Amino acid sequence: MYGNAYIDPNEKSNSITDGEDIQKLNAFESRISNGEKIEPKDWMPKEYRKQLVRMIEQHAHSEIIGALPEGTWITRAPGFRRKLALMAKVQDEVGHAQLLYSAAETLGKSREAMINDLITGKSKYSNVFNYPAYTWADACIIAWLIDAGAIINQVANAKGSYGPYCRALDRICVEESFHLKYGHDNVVTLATGSKIQREMVQAALNRWWPPIMHFFGPSDKISLHTEILMKWKVKMATNDDMRQQFLNMYVPKIWDLGLTVPDSKLMKNNENKWEYTEPDWDEFKRVINGGGPCNAERLAVRRNAEERGRWVRQALLAKDSKYLIPLA
Amino acid sequence: MNQDAIKELLYKMADDLLILGHRNSEWTGLGPILEEDIAFSSMAQDKIGQSQALFEILHSLGEQEPDIVAFMRNANQFHNSQFVELPNGEYDFSTIRHFLFDHADQLRFEMLSNSLFEPLAKLSRKIKGELKYHVFHANIWVTKLGNGNEESHSRMQNALNECWNFALGIFEESQFERQLIEEKIFEGEVELKKRWLENISGILEKANLKIPNTNTWQAINGGRQGKHTPNLQPLLDEMSEVFKIDASAEW
Repeated sequence: MYGNAYIDPNEKSNSITDGEDIQKLNAFESRISNGEKIEPKDWMPKEYRKQLVRMIEQHAHSEIIGALPEGTWITRAPGFRRKLALMAKVQDEVGHAQLLYSAAETLGKSREAMINDLITGKSKYSNVFNYPAYTWADACIIAWLIDAGAIINQVANAKGSYGPYCRALDRICVEESFHLKYGHDNVVTLATGSKIQREMVQAALNRWWPPIMHFFGPSDKISLHTEILMKWKVKMATNDDMRQQFLNMYVPKIWDLGLTVPDSKLMKNNENKWEYTEPDWDEFKRVINGGGPCNAERLAVRRNAEERGRWVRQALLAKDSKYLIPLA
Repeated sequence: MNQDAIKELLYKMADDLLILGHRNSEWTGLGPILEEDIAFSSMAQDKIGQSQALFEILHSLGEQEPDIVAFMRNANQFHNSQFVELPNGEYDFSTIRHFLFDHADQLRFEMLSNSLFEPLAKLSRKIKGELKYHVFHANIWVTKLGNGNEESHSRMQNALNECWNFALGIFEESQFERQLIEEKIFEGEVELKKRWLENISGILEKANLKIPNTNTWQAINGGRQGKHTPNLQPLLDEMSEVFKIDASAEW
């Protein structure tokens, strides 16, 4: 799963292409407009590299941090079938992180440096994972609707311009589509189950609706910066377009299950657009900057895992450690 | 064939796998490197799946359904060795446990693939193929970390010392041992332990790790008869927390 990379609309934009070789820049842009992919050793503008590293890295971090709220439910999943499926799903998410860190490494930043920036709080991950999964139903809603949002985002990004990222996303999207089925099956089971189960899943939807609406990020301000990133196929769709697409695909499915979306203003207008209560963007910014209910805990868990595993990584680096031929 | 003897054998195997699979799954998201999160998760999935298959055989012998048996019993009704219920500790402890347990389990399934109890023999032939990879994984990491650097070596040696007597508890004999051997259902714990020692000794030597002195060996038994450490009941409470909200509901 994944949350949309947050692009600060106030970032200075006039210097994006300063100092770049105009001929090379033109050739680069015409390759992208012809639908070609940019590969690791190709020439690319500094800002393109910087934005991609930031975006792929955030995506990778979101996968491993996202494994935490769902991972806590592996040990509590009800029954063999759910336990096995959730283990496989969360394992996929960790696998996605591995793929994505590798894709980002092709742009020159090591996995260690990225993880270090994660645990020191320098780089971000998707905001949704700063909320707690209180019940089993929360884990089910995450698996269905957060993964659904992620797919919309990733299918768009898979058509981007950077080859290694697109290829990683193609594979990730296939796996995510199974997660979506898994999540939907869980939610259907609860929504059509006993009274307690139906209440659990409605309460979870109520809790997760605001983070879901935040998921795609605030409306993009049209700035030169956004325009260039879209021209370079780094950013593939506006946040509002993706949010509309999500509502279009999933609100009817939620209603079909007899669940209520906790937003009385939610409706489709005459122009076929969804209207909704504007999410609380101050809250979004507060959470992104560390003030959410789980930010400190998530980073503490990750930091602790890094510290506890350090001796293993150091032992692997030991110069005199023998090279081992697999014993097969 | 002696049904009680078969059931006892199946329960202890299924419980070992369920509990160790559960412990392995606790590494998800927390491994020393991402690749190890993924590896422990794969092994956890195999073990939980294997335990489910063994509970299915039990079900065919008249026991309750796998979900009910796995999620509704209390600690004193579990037959796993105490070794598998111990908390994961650090990666050194988890890796040594994985090494010691999986070598024994691989041999157990290999031996059982010739069992005259055909449903178990058939399943064992499938499972031993999965366990081959668990054992490869354990061998590589034990050898690598045993030889890595001073810290990794001493951590692995300490973990081996800490695990040893618990590992001997895997081979706690059943009251039906004689019947199992006579009816050619299972060749028995004594034979299994002998082969296990042969198999692990060579690897531990390559890993530069020493098996504790034989005069300190004292198997920590009791698990097979429902006697457990205080670690098991909280694990089971956590495992069944959601299921027990409504055990008759579909989840």
